[in-house]
Amino acid sequence: MSFSITDAKEERALFKRRAIIAAVFMLVMFGALVTRMVYLQVLKYDEFITKSENNRVRLQPIAPARGLIFDRNGVLLAENLPAHSLVLIPERVPDLEATLNYLTDLVGVTPREREVFMKEATQWHRPFEPITLKQNLDEEQIARIAVNSFFLQGVDVEAELVRHYPYGQYLSHLLGYVGQISEKEQDNIDPINYKATKRIGKIGLERYYERMLHGEVGYQKAETNARGKVIRTLDRQLPVPGQNITLYLDIELQKLAMDAFNGRRGALVALDTETGGILAMVSSPSFDPNPFVTGISLDEYSSLRDSLDVPLFNRASRGQYPPGSTLKPFVALSFLENKVVDPNRVIYDHGWYQLENDERIYRDWKREGHGPVNFHQAIVQSCDTYFYEMSFKTGVDRIEPMLEQFGFGQDLSVDIWDALPALLPNKDWKKATRGLGWFPGDTLNFGIGQGFMLATPLQLATATAVLANRGKWHRPRAVEYVGSTLVEDETPHDPLILSSPEYWERVVSAMHDVISGPHGTARAISHDLKYSMAGKTGTAQVVGIRQNAKYDSKALAERNRDHALFIAFAPTDEPKIAVAVIVENGESAGATAAPIARKVIDAYLESLTKQELLNGR
Amino acid sequence: MAGDYSRTLSGSFHGKGPSILQRLNVDMPLFLLLVGISILGLFVLYSASGQDWGMVQKQFLNYVVGFTAMIFIAQLHPKWLASWAPWLYGAGVIALVLVLLIGVGAKGAQRWLSLGFMRFQPAEIVKLAVPMMVAWYLSHKILPPKFKHIAMVMLIIFVPVLLVLKQPDLGTSILVAASGLIILFFAGLGWRWIFSAMLVLCAVAPLMWYGVMHDYQKQRVLTFLDPESDPLGSGWNIIQSKTAIGSGGLSGKGWTGGTQSQLEFLPERHTDFIIAVYCEEFGFVGVVLLLLLYASIIMRALYISSQSSDVFGRLLAGGLTITFFIYVFVNIGMVSGVLPVVGVPLPLISYGGTSVVALLSTFGVIMSVYMHKH
Repeated sequence: MSFSITDAKEERALFKRRAIIAAVFMLVMFGALVTRMVYLQVLKYDEFITKSENNRVRLQPIAPARGLIFDRNGVLLAENLPAHSLVLIPERVPDLEATLNYLTDLVGVTPREREVFMKEATQWHRPFEPITLKQNLDEEQIARIAVNSFFLQGVDVEAELVRHYPYGQYLSHLLGYVGQISEKEQDNIDPINYKATKRIGKIGLERYYERMLHGEVGYQKAETNARGKVIRTLDRQLPVPGQNITLYLDIELQKLAMDAFNGRRGALVALDTETGGILAMVSSPSFDPNPFVTGISLDEYSSLRDSLDVPLFNRASRGQYPPGSTLKPFVALSFLENKVVDPNRVIYDHGWYQLENDERIYRDWKREGHGPVNFHQAIVQSCDTYFYEMSFKTGVDRIEPMLEQFGFGQDLSVDIWDALPALLPNKDWKKATRGLGWFPGDTLNFGIGQGFMLATPLQLATATAVLANRGKWHRPRAVEYVGSTLVEDETPHDPLILSSPEYWERVVSAMHDVISGPHGTARAISHDLKYSMAGKTGTAQVVGIRQNAKYDSKALAERNRDHALFIAFAPTDEPKIAVAVIVENGESAGATAAPIARKVIDAYLESLTKQELLNGR
Repeated sequence: MAGDYSRTLSGSFHGKGPSILQRLNVDMPLFLLLVGISILGLFVLYSASGQDWGMVQKQFLNYVVGFTAMIFIAQLHPKWLASWAPWLYGAGVIALVLVLLIGVGAKGAQRWLSLGFMRFQPAEIVKLAVPMMVAWYLSHKILPPKFKHIAMVMLIIFVPVLLVLKQPDLGTSILVAASGLIILFFAGLGWRWIFSAMLVLCAVAPLMWYGVMHDYQKQRVLTFLDPESDPLGSGWNIIQSKTAIGSGGLSGKGWTGGTQSQLEFLPERHTDFIIAVYCEEFGFVGVVLLLLLYASIIMRALYISSQSSDVFGRLLAGGLTITFFIYVFVNIGMVSGVLPVVGVPLPLISYGGTSVVALLSTFGVIMSVYMHKH
């Protein structure tokens, strides 16, 4: 009995000892927790309070509205329309596969849209950032999503402004379009200013004036919960919208010009001779730029890209054609300026020309020859033989500098981002590129606008405007106003001053007779002409600006015909408009290219008259 | 002598004569501490639930049920409890076997047993049954225990532990093992045994990693070691809870003013991670006060355990007290990022009926042991 009492006492004492050890151990462990809290709440307080603020407050960028584009009469050419897109936040979607299938049934997500979405969702992206699945939802689709929102966790409909070009294909080459910012572009833009921007100017004026059109990003400081939902707005800085730009272009003129091509391949550039402003710039055939904004399908794109008519190609600024006889007025000025010709001297044309010590015969386009021609008649009838002889006498070294002063061989456009310099050949160029000397025969071809010489329709129109202005230069440009500021040409071109102003009149009067003279090559367009017009026709042998490999004998035959060219300005003495037209494989300049130019000039001068009447003069 | 002291202590609290609570076998200081922490719990829950009054009302009912259970159990003599121990233990082990055979569950773990009208986790039974069984077994032996007795205790502990581990539920199996081993510790297990066991544990740990642990369990450990490695996935919880705690600073953001919790950055904010809400809103000062409250409860419980002359009662009460401590430590440790994330609620503060009622019942056992000490 006493033994067991001692035992019990002993056991109790043992328990007490163990309890004390346990108590000490627990207090030490609590001490460790307190230490941990000191570390987190006292030592690391600054770090964690910052983290929690960053969690709580989200700086949301707000995209600025892109500047609008107007024509000279205030007609809207590029606008921003509200559009709804279907977006998903992958982090919040419980079962992505099932949700995508559900949405496919609900609003008809295409495999392509799904593929693009998956690519973006699986790549690195900002966490909890919405990713677009489908754009341009219609009312019904929005309603369907709203009704089913209970089953669509992490799915949202986002409203945004999307660029729209109401005139579609009429302006695609000049205006260009905006599109999704590519990875490459991402590296070259200001990441802060473009934080909320999805699209950027890809080509055309949208690209050239991107900086002005874009505007400045705004910010909204908002308290959001863990699911990204905005609880309240704390602070807001509104974005600065992009500047509107106003073009020299007249959309009615542009439409008329484009329609005049009636689907034929070709280009037209019409310039306001008083400013160099582009009144119309057509590259036919064209394409609708709107699908490019929201993302064009691969099929649609490849059919445009692979079309034999290359609609994506801007013929007006990038199409390089031999100018043919349209070069003659400019070459003729080099004859006069260098006093090589006596304008009154008559030569007799048998239909061909031959150099001394050279067996080769250089034919006139008119087999039987023009008979007796002087300087004036040579231009009016486009006599090749006369130009062969005078070019040979003048020489490439004196012709080439004159042409250079008209802007050939250079890109002198102010804001046409893709304009090409084309090619103005000279001896050095031939040596450098062909490794050959300049032959006298090269000069003969040069003098009639064939051979190596290449020019774009934009260059031809520019040169024509300089000629119309009797040497006064205005570099061609599309934009007149950015915001309300007149855009000045910061590097104006020096005027072309000839030793005698009379030279201008000789050439202009000949060009006048091209249209109004009894032997003029473009006399077909002179009927009912209510003003005086000066012009020059041209044909260019096809070297093929783009020969496709696909062999289609019928199409190929058509595509081997000569290009028809025509340059003109009007009125002759107080010029308002200068035009260059090319109709690919159009053969007869007088029959195909010249009527288009006449239509455009008619319409423009008429609109000017109306304007004057409106202004009460 | 101890009895005299305790009489003086309770006398000083209640003046002359035994109070109602005393007559109900309730230890006044412990009772007041538990009531205090429960009231605090309701306040924290109100904020942590996003001002959900309904949830607070439900939790209040949980407390009412819990305290009722506590007072009821306090009336039972420890001898009764001891006589139930083998039966409860047996029932628990059978239930665990049934879980593996016909249990229901989710996410690859089978933890629930359906009784038709209700579902319960047999693991919760063995959390209490194992220490009871070990205490019952050792109370019939001369202490400190001899080798064969230790071996028997190990068998008692590890049969249910392995069954729980098989579910699989690593966290609970460790807690069950601990609750049994602690009894052994109080029974006077030799230090040689304790140290050799620790050495063996260190040696076995790598084997556990490659042999026993499931991928998701390994993932938890890896995330614990480097939460930034998966900031949006499994690391999210721990990063957000540390941010909540740290941003509370010295004095906190104020009650219901915690942005981490109110804006729902904090996961499971009203259950396992509720301490982060508390730390964010009441700061370091609040945490120290809460730990003092827990320490007081533990020390008082430990003290009253040691006052019992009944071996079974003493061992069980001591063991349950340490288990309570382990819950507190593991929960705060995991939320503050010093321990891997295991599903352990913060005792008496986290929302949940099972946990509240089970824990208050535990304190009923401790009080019963104390009040029937003679």
